[in-house]
Amino acid sequence: MREQPQRGRNRKLQSQVQFSYYPGCSVEGMNKAYDKATRVVCKALDINLTELTDWNCCGATSYMAINEQRAHLLSARNLALAEKEKKDLVVVCPACLTTLTKTHRYMGEDPKLRRAVNAALGATGMQYQGGARVRHLLEVIVNEVGEGKVKARIKKPLTNLTVAPYYGCQLTRPFGEIDDKEFPTMLDKLLSWLGAKPVNFPLKTKCCGGMLMMTNEDVALGLTRNLLESAKQNGAECIATLCPLCHINLEAYQGNVNKLFGTDFNVPILYFTQLLGLAFGFSRKSLGVDDELTSSKRLLKKTWWLYESCQKR
Amino acid sequence: MVVRELPEKIGVYVCHCGTNIARTVDCKAVAEYALRLPNVVVARDYQYTCSDPGQEMIRKDIGELGLTRVVVASCSPLMHEPTFRRAVAGAGLNPFLFQMANIREQCSWITEDKELATERAKAIVGAAVMRVTFHEPLEVKKVPVNPDVLIVGGGITGIEAALQIADSGKKVYLVEKEPSIGGYMARFDKTFPTLDCAACILTPKMVSVGQHPNIELLTYSDVTDFSGYVGNFTARIRKRPRYIDEEKCTGCGQCEQKCPLSVPSEFDCGLGKRKAIYRPFPQAVPGTPVIDREHCLYFTKGVCKVCVKFCPKGAIDFEQKEKFVEVPVGSAILATGFDVFDGARIKEYGYGRLPNVITSLEFERLTHASGPTGGNVVLKNGKTPESVAIIHCVGSRDHNYNEYCSRVCCMYSLKTAHLVREKTAGKVYEFYIDMRAFGKGYEEFYKRLLEEDVTFIRGRVAEVTDVSESTSEKGKLVVVAEDTLLGIVRRVPVDMVILSVGLEPRRDALDVAHTFSISRSKDGFFLEKHPKLAPVSTAVDGVFVAGACQGPKDIPDSVAQGAAAAANVLSLIDRKAVELEPAIAVINEASCSGCKICVELCPYHAITYDGERKLAAVNEALCKGCGVCVAACPSSAIEQQNFTNRQLVAEIEAICT
Amino acid sequence: MQVQHADRRVDSLSEVFLEDVYAIPGGEKVKECIQCGTCSASCPTSYAMDYTPREVIAALRAGMLDRVLKSNTIWLCASCYSCTVRCPSGIKLTDVMYELKRLAIEFNLVPKNVKTPMVSKLFVSIVDKYGRISETELVSKFMMKTNPLSIVKMIPRAYKLFMRGRLPLIPHRIKGTRDLRKSTEMLVSGVHAGTAAKGAQ
Repeated sequence: MREQPQRGRNRKLQSQVQFSYYPGCSVEGMNKAYDKATRVVCKALDINLTELTDWNCCGATSYMAINEQRAHLLSARNLALAEKEKKDLVVVCPACLTTLTKTHRYMGEDPKLRRAVNAALGATGMQYQGGARVRHLLEVIVNEVGEGKVKARIKKPLTNLTVAPYYGCQLTRPFGEIDDKEFPTMLDKLLSWLGAKPVNFPLKTKCCGGMLMMTNEDVALGLTRNLLESAKQNGAECIATLCPLCHINLEAYQGNVNKLFGTDFNVPILYFTQLLGLAFGFSRKSLGVDDELTSSKRLLKKTWWLYESCQKR
Repeated sequence: MVVRELPEKIGVYVCHCGTNIARTVDCKAVAEYALRLPNVVVARDYQYTCSDPGQEMIRKDIGELGLTRVVVASCSPLMHEPTFRRAVAGAGLNPFLFQMANIREQCSWITEDKELATERAKAIVGAAVMRVTFHEPLEVKKVPVNPDVLIVGGGITGIEAALQIADSGKKVYLVEKEPSIGGYMARFDKTFPTLDCAACILTPKMVSVGQHPNIELLTYSDVTDFSGYVGNFTARIRKRPRYIDEEKCTGCGQCEQKCPLSVPSEFDCGLGKRKAIYRPFPQAVPGTPVIDREHCLYFTKGVCKVCVKFCPKGAIDFEQKEKFVEVPVGSAILATGFDVFDGARIKEYGYGRLPNVITSLEFERLTHASGPTGGNVVLKNGKTPESVAIIHCVGSRDHNYNEYCSRVCCMYSLKTAHLVREKTAGKVYEFYIDMRAFGKGYEEFYKRLLEEDVTFIRGRVAEVTDVSESTSEKGKLVVVAEDTLLGIVRRVPVDMVILSVGLEPRRDALDVAHTFSISRSKDGFFLEKHPKLAPVSTAVDGVFVAGACQGPKDIPDSVAQGAAAAANVLSLIDRKAVELEPAIAVINEASCSGCKICVELCPYHAITYDGERKLAAVNEALCKGCGVCVAACPSSAIEQQNFTNRQLVAEIEAICT
Repeated sequence: MQVQHADRRVDSLSEVFLEDVYAIPGGEKVKECIQCGTCSASCPTSYAMDYTPREVIAALRAGMLDRVLKSNTIWLCASCYSCTVRCPSGIKLTDVMYELKRLAIEFNLVPKNVKTPMVSKLFVSIVDKYGRISETELVSKFMMKTNPLSIVKMIPRAYKLFMRGRLPLIPHRIKGTRDLRKSTEMLVSGVHAGTAAKGAQ
């Protein structure tokens, strides 16, 4: 069930829309490029991101495997901080999105959980009353900023770039609030606004293996291989991602996939904000494009517009 | 309000009901207590008051002691209120000077505590005694029953009901939305478990309906308004324009042949084509075609008129307008049928996205001899499939879509498997969760399919994909399901996938329900009065439901319900008059301020406003005694007979003191 | 690897585990499982599991916990939620898997070769320390504990990452770590829901 956007919730200050920003631990660490590109692009789209003060880890999938209530507590502290700001909370990592949304929902539905967590938060003078609204940046750009504004910023349309839009598991599952749970189209839409050609990608919401890459590498590599194979088969020159964990599995472990399966993948993996930024004419450095282990240099050199932006470095 | 000058003489009878009541309630004590209450002249306890001797006892007391009121403390009024009212009336006392006190369902059956039960029983009896003091004698009114019948829906159910009623000599108005009667059954190829050809068994009945002197067939029509009360309804029927003069048309088919424009055929689920002037299928009844105004070149562009040129009888009439007729009927049967679940809603099954994923209904059209492929089961590219998968429970038994089981899909999936084997000799896989073969000959049919070497895999399909993981899967549709009997996830490559879609209420079921003032159950199908004992009646007297509109069902059950509804209707008609329950609302004209609040609130549209006198009036036959107007009236001008404020207050005060 | 000889003592814990599964939000729905197998067929890693997700539920309800916990099934769950969104009975199977993981760790019934609890425990200790995760610390500690030699293999990648600024060596410590600790203590001392502590009594 889709929630209707609450009108007038984000005060527009001088044509800027105000959001609280929750980067998430991964995007601060190994996947800093996502944060870099996000900030650059949001500034260009007049989306004002104020990083949530002193946010803590959301717990992701690992904390929940140890203790349910403590995991909810972690999320709830962030939600309580966000609620105080009275602005929608924007996240870029779907695992953070799912964890925060789950806590918000379960606290709303389960009075026992609500009491326990709020009592714990109360020990430090905090409470969560259910007033936070967590959104993913993709949805904010497509729904709130909209086609007109995005297109107006394009300096170098990504003409003829064939992209496989990879959503991963936790953007649309389990709640299905943002887009269809099995075959979403939001990212496809955004990519076409940028002039690129999103290919038919039947595995667009299939699992990359996530944390299993650490504990059961072979299984995760198999799943990652399927994604790379399908993208290639459907004519994609690169894969667009919106989850840092999916991203790292696809780009940092492509070599391992090749070694295990005897394949020769060399598919550039780019965050959707990086693609936005490139279309907006920003330099590769500012977008962290060359931070990847699987290089996109050759691909991006092919296309004249990106070659030029390469020069901007 | 009548002032009591003489005290009443109340007789109280406390029933043991064997041990049902006596086990927990001390009936003797309750009777002794009752005797001490005001106006009570006799109080007895008895083993089985509803028995003949029990009733006789009451009658004797009325005669000998001159009782003016009677209270029986026993079971629920739903059980024996009519029994005791009749007994009381038999002794010459007005049956509404009787009150029943429920000390079984609401007392002895809800507790094991004897003391508590006895105290409670005393309170209940006391309340009944105080209440009955204020009862008034009421008359049961009778209204005559119009013997004409309205049947909405010309599928097999409606046809069955129409023939039964028409054969008994009564007049039937059969209204059907489509240009022809026949319903979904006309689209099927074969029917389970006998593998009868659907058209062969249906069309003779359709012809009978078309030719029956007692049936007035109104096709391409729908009911826009339905008002009145049992025995005396008025139906407003809209006849949509066919743009063909039915009197002149002989059904020769020239127009259809010559028409230059072809559009996708709804009858063929869009797989085949029909003309802009068309009959939905060759055996259509009536045989008069219909012009599709949205596509016809004359209506859209002002050109063509080929049909006019070739019609030997000059029956084309582009100026035809829709007509409204108002028919008085005494009863109505709704047999409006069902719709199928939209397979596109389950994205992971690939319907609409992957070629050669079709629904079971589309399959029926493929395999049908007069279908778009002449009865050949073929893929989109015209080739015969070598392997076919049939997926059960599409949209049914699923909390994401419809929670209920659609009842017929297991059986029609078996039939589908049989037809695929027959026509293609290919491999057939059936993916099921359970095999529901409950009817006569159904389990035997399942055995037959096992013998026909269909492969049954017990596992609900998770997805249908075109992404291949091995060479054997290339170019195929891969069905992914866990073979739960083995505990192994299987990927089965096939050429064609058939989705066994479930049955749903029709898209316009809500509108129909509103028109006829009936309710729907949680799943959207029409609500019957009682699921076991009154499956074709509704809460509205005189309106009956039958067939798949009441819930998913197969042809045998639909026909049975059609006949059942007909029997109900004939019983109603033969009674010649119906009794109206007198516990209805009565408006005190002196107090009525004409505010019309009651008019808006009445769920049965039983209250009308007299503009001249500026008063509201209750239609006694429509009023069902729900009490909403009584509660809502700001002037307290409405009282309900047998539930007056005085009676209710007396009851409440008795319990509270 | 299907278990032949079941440990009766572990099997007797089935009820406890089942009750705790029922206690999670939406957990009662497990009773409505019709064993249709949609979860197994939707699961991307079920091919590598000893028992399919459906079999785990069946074994749990049949009082045969031991074979479930000796298998690798629950540890191969990647939290993709495919099973949860497709289950026709509305069972939140991913959450059930989390609960089973928690209970297995709490009762110390994890097979020796399963490394996931180690990652999760390290994750928790790092988050409790800093309020955020330090991927560098997590990965390096994990490798030290499981297979120190593998660190050698990782050095080239680690170097590449470090040169791209993706391997922060100094973890960020949030200001609210004391608050979090206080809140956690309050939670832990309060009424438990979702752990097997009450069931064990």
